[in-house]
Amino acid sequence: MSADSMTAQAGPVTPAPEYTGARKKRRHNSLTLGIVGWVVGILFFFPVLWMVITSFKTEAQAYTNTPRVIFSPTLSEYKTVFSSGLWPYVANSAFATIVSTILVLVLAAPCAFALSLRPVKKTRDVLFFFISTKMLPVVAAIIPIYIAARDLHLLDNIFTLVILYTAMNLPIAVWMMRSFFLEVPGELLEAAEMDGAPLRRTVVEVILPVVAPGVAATALICCIFSWNEFFFAVNLTATRAATVPVFLVGFISSEGLYFAQLAAAATVATLPVILIGWVAQRQLVRGLSFGAIK
Amino acid sequence: MAEVSYEQATCIYPGAERPAVSALDLAIRDGEFVVMVGPSGCGKTTALRMLAGLEEIDEGSIRIDGKDMVGVPSRERDIAMVFQNYALYPSKTVGENMGFALKMQGVAKGERAGRVREAAKLLDLQDFLDRKPRNLSGGQRQRVAMGRAIVREPKVFCMDEPLSNLDAQLRVQTRTQIAELQRRLAVTTVYVTHDQVEAMTMGDRVAVMRLGQLQQFASPTELYDKPDNVFVASFIGSPAMNRFDGTLENGGIRAGGALLRPSDQQLHAAQGHGKLVVGIRPEHLSVGGGGELTLKVALVEDLGSDSFIYGSLADDPDSNIIVRSGRDHPRPGEVIKVGVDTAQLHLFDAGTGRRIGG
Repeated sequence: MSADSMTAQAGPVTPAPEYTGARKKRRHNSLTLGIVGWVVGILFFFPVLWMVITSFKTEAQAYTNTPRVIFSPTLSEYKTVFSSGLWPYVANSAFATIVSTILVLVLAAPCAFALSLRPVKKTRDVLFFFISTKMLPVVAAIIPIYIAARDLHLLDNIFTLVILYTAMNLPIAVWMMRSFFLEVPGELLEAAEMDGAPLRRTVVEVILPVVAPGVAATALICCIFSWNEFFFAVNLTATRAATVPVFLVGFISSEGLYFAQLAAAATVATLPVILIGWVAQRQLVRGLSFGAIK
Repeated sequence: MAEVSYEQATCIYPGAERPAVSALDLAIRDGEFVVMVGPSGCGKTTALRMLAGLEEIDEGSIRIDGKDMVGVPSRERDIAMVFQNYALYPSKTVGENMGFALKMQGVAKGERAGRVREAAKLLDLQDFLDRKPRNLSGGQRQRVAMGRAIVREPKVFCMDEPLSNLDAQLRVQTRTQIAELQRRLAVTTVYVTHDQVEAMTMGDRVAVMRLGQLQQFASPTELYDKPDNVFVASFIGSPAMNRFDGTLENGGIRAGGALLRPSDQQLHAAQGHGKLVVGIRPEHLSVGGGGELTLKVALVEDLGSDSFIYGSLADDPDSNIIVRSGRDHPRPGEVIKVGVDTAQLHLFDAGTGRRIGG
């Protein structure tokens, strides 16, 4: 008997009632979860959407009591933002972000390498020490930091922010990169050693290409944290070294809140991070899921 | 090419109860293919890694061409290693993987490419030189790992279970290729496996290890015919050697409910040993024959060309006896008479496990 004739004789297959019931229940559950997911997503995204929409309104339109959804968009607030001296702030932010991120990567990579691939007895203690530095609220340390910066004549100096952002991101970077380094099979290191590669070339030619997505993810996180950092910037800078978040605060003045201008400035401030995130998206997803998938 | 010798080489992992490798003595000849075999945790891989410089030598020494390797880093030993999981560099192409060691040695790009091509040709990898390892099958990756080792023309090859990730058919095929390649290149090779068939078919000599200690180092034939102790006797050979408890009695040995009469030389050697372990390989038992043993058949494995009969002695239901038989074999449940070729008996001291007689 051929397979076809067997199938033909078997007739239509009716699933067992329990089976269809279970499937219905599962579909119902996933629908509920889907709705909840969308609602939560929209709630998170709404402030961003509101910010972008408001940035295209005039101040008068931004203040209407029932917020208008339909309006004639204008770039006038963007023009105001760009003409009110944004660029020095962007330059400061970019400098502090890029230099501190490079410093963090240069310092964290060997540290994470040692803590993951060449562990010693006290490795766990060292790791705990790193993360413990993040347990202290920044506000608790601001006075000694301020006094130190003042006495070293480093107030309103962009290098102060570079140092602080490096210190701020280093523990997270070490932890993140360590988890990526842990995924590197030990045999790769041994193979490189057997092939006669000294440590530096092993790291550069064998290890770093493997952990590149992780390094990219770490760099992006550091960039985001540094770019958005506000507390140190507002307390330790004034005019010369102020960064974009400080510039944004300028729109909250004693005469009132300039909603549309603030929204336009905030949109501009957000763009670089979104851009970097979008460019690094593939690497980032690989990097952030690196530890989960072998 | 080189001579390799382990001299009382010992490796102790921190916190371990016993040495991973204990006072290992091995003298490996130039160009020889030596296989280290044993069950998991026997120290075979550690012994190999000690030679490669990936584990410390805590006591004793390992010499390559007479030069003591204690304290010499791996990269200065001129040893190539094939890892169990191949350890190919994922970001490099096949060609770059194979040429990496030469690059580290400072070999010029042109010469490097030539040598890589030559090795690739030998391993039938010419068409894959530009591919990344992730785009290769398991067998191809294994060949790349081999290629990475041979392109260097090292003094010694170390291979750590390089076939364990391949399917059964490919394993048999690659086994032959590796053995043939090694004979052609004549590079001293130390090969680690837990598969005794690999050990027996590939090695010029085989080192059987257990609990960090060398049990016997001999040719495959000698291991099979004259195992030094009960462990080697039971580990080498598939199915394993049959073993019975035995005692000297009336000019013979009482074992398995029968009085067996080994050679005079064996009987003489067994005097004063008290309790014995008597061993006999499945092919040296025969259905019918002298009929010394009575066997209740439990299971028959028909392999086509011949068959293995599994059962227990009629007066000892806990015993496990295996008999090799032809295509005509009894059915499970039958009680049969089994003859013993007493010229092929192996005698061991029950206390020490050591072989008695020649």
